[in-house]
Amino acid sequence: MNKTVNQKAWFFVIPVFVLVAFNAIIPLMTVVNYAFQETFGNNVFMWEGTRWFKQIMLSERFHASLGRQFLFTFIILFIQIPLGIAIALTMPKEGIGVPVCLVLMSMPLLIPWNVVGAMWNIFALPDIGFLGHSLNALGFDYNFTQQIGDAWFTTILMDVWHWTSLVVLLSYAGLRSIQPAYYQAAEIDGASRWAVFTKIELPKMKKVLTIAILLRFMDSFMIYTEPFVLTGGGPGNATAFLSIDLVKMALGQFDLGPAAAMSLIYFFIVLLVCWVFYTLMMRNEEKS
Amino acid sequence: MSLELKNVEKKVGLDTHIYRTNLKLQKNTINILLGSTLAGKTTLMQIMAGLDKPTSGEIWFNNENVTGMKVQKRNVSMVYQQFINYPNFTVYDNIASPLKITGVSSDETKLRVGKVAELLKLSGMLNKKPNELSGGQQQRTALARALVKDSDLILLDEPLANLDFKLREELREELPKLFENRDCIVVYATTEPSEALLLGGNTATLQEGKIIQYGKTLDTYNKPNSLVSAQVFSDPPMNIAKIKKSGDQCSFLQNNIQWKTKINIKDGEYKVGIRPHNITTYKEGNNTLEIKGKVLISEISGSESLIHFTNGNLNWVSLSNGVFQKNVGDEMNLYMNTDEFVYFDQNERLVSNG
Repeated sequence: MNKTVNQKAWFFVIPVFVLVAFNAIIPLMTVVNYAFQETFGNNVFMWEGTRWFKQIMLSERFHASLGRQFLFTFIILFIQIPLGIAIALTMPKEGIGVPVCLVLMSMPLLIPWNVVGAMWNIFALPDIGFLGHSLNALGFDYNFTQQIGDAWFTTILMDVWHWTSLVVLLSYAGLRSIQPAYYQAAEIDGASRWAVFTKIELPKMKKVLTIAILLRFMDSFMIYTEPFVLTGGGPGNATAFLSIDLVKMALGQFDLGPAAAMSLIYFFIVLLVCWVFYTLMMRNEEKS
Repeated sequence: MSLELKNVEKKVGLDTHIYRTNLKLQKNTINILLGSTLAGKTTLMQIMAGLDKPTSGEIWFNNENVTGMKVQKRNVSMVYQQFINYPNFTVYDNIASPLKITGVSSDETKLRVGKVAELLKLSGMLNKKPNELSGGQQQRTALARALVKDSDLILLDEPLANLDFKLREELREELPKLFENRDCIVVYATTEPSEALLLGGNTATLQEGKIIQYGKTLDTYNKPNSLVSAQVFSDPPMNIAKIKKSGDQCSFLQNNIQWKTKINIKDGEYKVGIRPHNITTYKEGNNTLEIKGKVLISEISGSESLIHFTNGNLNWVSLSNGVFQKNVGDEMNLYMNTDEFVYFDQNERLVSNG
């Protein structure tokens, strides 16, 4: 068969190209622009090559905030994913309980980030906050504004409260999509509850859990507003995660070059981790 | 070995899903539950298996009351319309899964899985995962899982419904062979009369939660006890027409076509059921009765041709051998085989079958 060649079809791509250029490529390119140059204002730029990248890669401050970031993300994934699945498993499958649970579960997701931060800040204040005051009354020496452990504990608790629901809702959707025949087949085989979970429910939830982990990874790795309002990155730099550190560098110290280089490195880390994770999870799914 | 339902009834809320049912299935038989969607086939099977409890009534197996007994203790297996396999297991592990739980030795497992895999033509794919297989192979795996453990009761709930035409035909032909020489009761639910005829055995016709008729498949087909049973067991649907009988003369009420009959019933009005394949576009034998028709739809199904036509104010369906098409609106003559007419009284009970 002879295919006709008509390159004019490319014109159809132009609107999309223009749109993407304005909302993604151009802003990103300004960051790239800063990352390779030095500026003293007045639109005067000097070429610096890879100097800022080298500086950031060798900076102990960057290593420290990157380390904190990975630790934080790892901890919240470790808590939220199993907890989310566990809650989804115990949720009702029919009746009035279903909408009630779904609405209750969605509530934390609907609260704006800075409100969550402010809420938890007040909630956890050692003198007047319900949580802080209660813990101190029970004999714990709790003060999240001064003690590193307490600051981490509060930040993690806040994130678990805010985001576990997302994992619950996704897992619940995954569980509901399993046909009842699977459970019957397992019942006929005499499979235990644990076997049903590991041999049917988990494999069937694989795709939806992959999405849950990816979303939670991206969101928590880029977390800014809630810890900024809750702890402001403190005490000291104890909860200064990557975004908080980046804003300090860019807007606090006005080190635009290094901050731009850091943004790009940050961006590539997120991209790389997501890509590797997704590829690994979906390795065997394409064949079917 | 026998399975008996005694006065079984199933209600969900105010809805009755299964009306009071008595049914006795004997060992080494294939029993077909034939009925349309929502006729209660699946509910009945789940009650038989012990996956669902009847609202009232009892289930007896081998002279033992098993009502409410857990399904694990019943030695049953089930195959579903959807292809149900453990997604992370290989075909081998899937087939072996019912044996593992009952503690069969690994040597024997190997032997039995090998045998049943050979029977279902899965020998070459024992190391594959279900999602690497075609739909037909996935369902073969599910069938193998059901056959491997020598159940007393094997339930198949429309196992071919989700397969495409070619695979369905292929597997359908193998099915009777699979259940040969098995010391068990097979229950097979289907919506298709042709499947029931192919499998033989016994057939129960179901409609709206009631068993209409149960008996040998051919008897149920040839001697439907009522119009409903005949309708369930006829695809395409049976043609129904009102008739009048006086002496040895019968005639349709809506036109004046007459025929002689030897049947011995009182004079009066009846309904006659005519299966589509008893109306053809050509004369057949010497009992052919001519009817004029105007073509409504003409369609080809496999190697047969369906012609929907009107006569009087009734719509008729005819099924003839051969592939041909008629123009819509054409007037044509069709021929009916009066020997195959099935007569029902005003209450739609059978009075005579030809």
